[in-house]
Amino acid sequence: MQFRVYRYDPDKDDKPYMKDYEVELEPTDQMLLDALVRIKEQDDSLSLRRSCREGVCGSDAMNINGKNGLACTTKLSELKQPVELKPLPGLPVIRDLIVDMTQFFKQYHSIKPYLVNNDPPPEKERLQSPEDREELNGLYECILCACCSTSCPSFWWNPDKFVGPAGLLHAYRFLADTRDQAAAERLDNLEDPYRLFRCHSIMNCVDVCPKGLNPTEAIGKIKTMMVKRAV
Amino acid sequence: MANVGRNTPVRKFDAVVVGAGGAGLRAALQLSEAGLKCAVLSKVFPTRSHTVAAQGGVGASLGNMGEDNWNWHMYDTVKGSDWLGDQDAIEFMVRTAPEVVIELEHFGMPFDRNEDGTIYQRPFGGHSMNFGEKPVQRSCCAADRTGHAMLHALYQRNVRANTQFFVEWMALDLIRDPSGQVLGVTALEMETGEVMVFHARATLFATGGAGRIYTSTTNAFINTGDGLGMAARAGIPLEDMEFWQFHPTGVAGAGVLITEGVRGEGGYLLNKNGERFMERYAPNLKDLASRDVVSRAMATEIKEGRGAGKEGDCVLLKLDHLGAEVIDKRLPGIREIAKKFANVDPVKDPIPVVPTVHYQMGGIPTNYHGEVVVPKNGNANSVVPGFYAAGECGCASVHGANRLGTNSLTDLLVFGKASGDSIIRFLKENPGLKDLPKDAGDRSLSRLARLESQTNGESYAEVAKDMRRTMQMHCGVFRFPDTLAEGVKKIREISDRVTRTEIKDKSKVFNTARIEALELDNLIEVARATMVSADARTESRGAHDRSDHHERDDVNWLKHTLWYKEGDRLDYKPVNLKPLTAESIEPKVRTY
Repeated sequence: MQFRVYRYDPDKDDKPYMKDYEVELEPTDQMLLDALVRIKEQDDSLSLRRSCREGVCGSDAMNINGKNGLACTTKLSELKQPVELKPLPGLPVIRDLIVDMTQFFKQYHSIKPYLVNNDPPPEKERLQSPEDREELNGLYECILCACCSTSCPSFWWNPDKFVGPAGLLHAYRFLADTRDQAAAERLDNLEDPYRLFRCHSIMNCVDVCPKGLNPTEAIGKIKTMMVKRAV
Repeated sequence: MANVGRNTPVRKFDAVVVGAGGAGLRAALQLSEAGLKCAVLSKVFPTRSHTVAAQGGVGASLGNMGEDNWNWHMYDTVKGSDWLGDQDAIEFMVRTAPEVVIELEHFGMPFDRNEDGTIYQRPFGGHSMNFGEKPVQRSCCAADRTGHAMLHALYQRNVRANTQFFVEWMALDLIRDPSGQVLGVTALEMETGEVMVFHARATLFATGGAGRIYTSTTNAFINTGDGLGMAARAGIPLEDMEFWQFHPTGVAGAGVLITEGVRGEGGYLLNKNGERFMERYAPNLKDLASRDVVSRAMATEIKEGRGAGKEGDCVLLKLDHLGAEVIDKRLPGIREIAKKFANVDPVKDPIPVVPTVHYQMGGIPTNYHGEVVVPKNGNANSVVPGFYAAGECGCASVHGANRLGTNSLTDLLVFGKASGDSIIRFLKENPGLKDLPKDAGDRSLSRLARLESQTNGESYAEVAKDMRRTMQMHCGVFRFPDTLAEGVKKIREISDRVTRTEIKDKSKVFNTARIEALELDNLIEVARATMVSADARTESRGAHDRSDHHERDDVNWLKHTLWYKEGDRLDYKPVNLKPLTAESIEPKVRTY
């Protein structure tokens, strides 16, 4: 199978280039990550992040034939050859398929991604109805792979000002949690021409999310909360 | 080239935590909230640690679904361990479990809920009511993504506590002074290739397991036993390394985990004749017997020609009868995995599964405070000052010869927190930072220099492949005296080859070839410890099953193995059958 892979090592390369690889696959090699492991056996200088190989840790996000996705859950049989692999767009490249995710995590951290509840903790669990708990479905499953934010033109243009789909999905995850008491502060934190409102519902985030989540919908719900409290 | 100069920078901390999975994060939280200066090192961004892949739940006798209590949880855990677990540590864990689970809920963990708003609990293998009578619902879960929900909640709480992370730093070696006291680690920053000394008053290893010594494993690529390798190189023995859990339900071919929660929710295993064969092997708990028992039953079915699939090399996990609604509510991640990795939709068809390496019961020997203990001057459990281990890399030992499902997450919460508390106490009682020994960075620097200058060596990837193949062939579900003896010989040869591995890539920027070669240094210590310990233990207990000694032998083998790297030396220490307050659970025949 044929691959064209983005290569750049600042230690020795003046500029990035695409390198071709021909890989002989074993019958057990089903996913793109399996092929990348084979490539690394031929050429140990190819650098990429990977860990769980089952789509839950979020390490191996990359741009695959023009679309962001996880190498470990992308089936080789569904890919057009040569498979073109690039680092996630919009973030600085450290090396090869490895990007610097500092800005992405900075935005995630900026939404205060933790439960705020200032009541003294009870002896037992805080109660929550199954229906209220269900509100967190489609939100808490995010794996912070950055496929969404790095496919979002608004994030490309303003990565320092726009929280981006992943961060906003998490912001709503806490707004939607009946145990959280910081809704007003959370909304204040997003009340800004850029942080929330740069989302123009282009929906690339929904299209690429490897977990099938819908950040645009979550962002819409935050906007509704903003409107409701303004009234 | 990595920085292998003499001017290795040094940073000083109260405590350094190596690993940011569940145990490391739980400990770090304790330390950060106590206001200590603590560094957490991780090879990956914290939420990418392998705790993220845990599925089925965390065990705690909350009793939300009916009667339950810690005495029952304790009995199940001791029995599950095939009596190799230390009963003081087990009592401590099961008694502390409810408190740490409730805490986690307060941190924001999105547990599933019952109608009354309490945490939902599901049945799990080996967990029973009234000392083995019938299954109990003890596993607190967030659908089948419990580890993911837990790891994120713990990371988030650490963000709140301003924990200082060193992300994508790989710890290389443990630093001990001539008295044996631990004073931190050396570590490599992956992005730059720079080496730094983390000089600390206390060091906690929470580096997880090493399932990657095998070819077929549910474990992530990063599970390379780094803590165990570092400990072994620094003269610390490894405990009970012959005990590896084969999880009954790894996706055939891919190895990806399918939670035992599937069987907890009512799924069951079938052979090629459509027979629910666990009824023969475990008439009472059937498919919810403990994992070693189920895995052996599956391997027997396959061996005796009743395996399913084209090659007859797997069995089938049936859950379609649960209905799409239950599957989508309780097991949505499983449906996703089965579709992707097994090409079946479990709402309609069964999932082909095989026993797959999953969990390392052994590890760095500790007591139930998370303090690392080694034999010294006639004391089998003498504390190594300044050194702690928790989670899968530690061996307290609560899992003994076989871990129960859900007890790994219980373990990492309980012992992560306990080791954090122990460190806080130790720092109070031992003010001041002892000087670094002059040779603090030498071992790491020489390892790096060797890799840098090696020519005409073998590819690290080839050597690693041979190691994994050897472990798979010689130290599987069923073990045979001749293949074990041959395995020892082979793994020693491979161990020699590891000292001559070569990397072509010499870049200092994010050199993952270098990382993998350094990981292999750790994996091989774990592999050797496993093979040598397994070869020596001439009995069958828990996950260790020998064809020449079919029975458990409490007269000769009711004891923990200790393997030392130096000369592959083995030593043993007694199992603690005396709980803290409960009555001792005496060894008896184990049936499910």
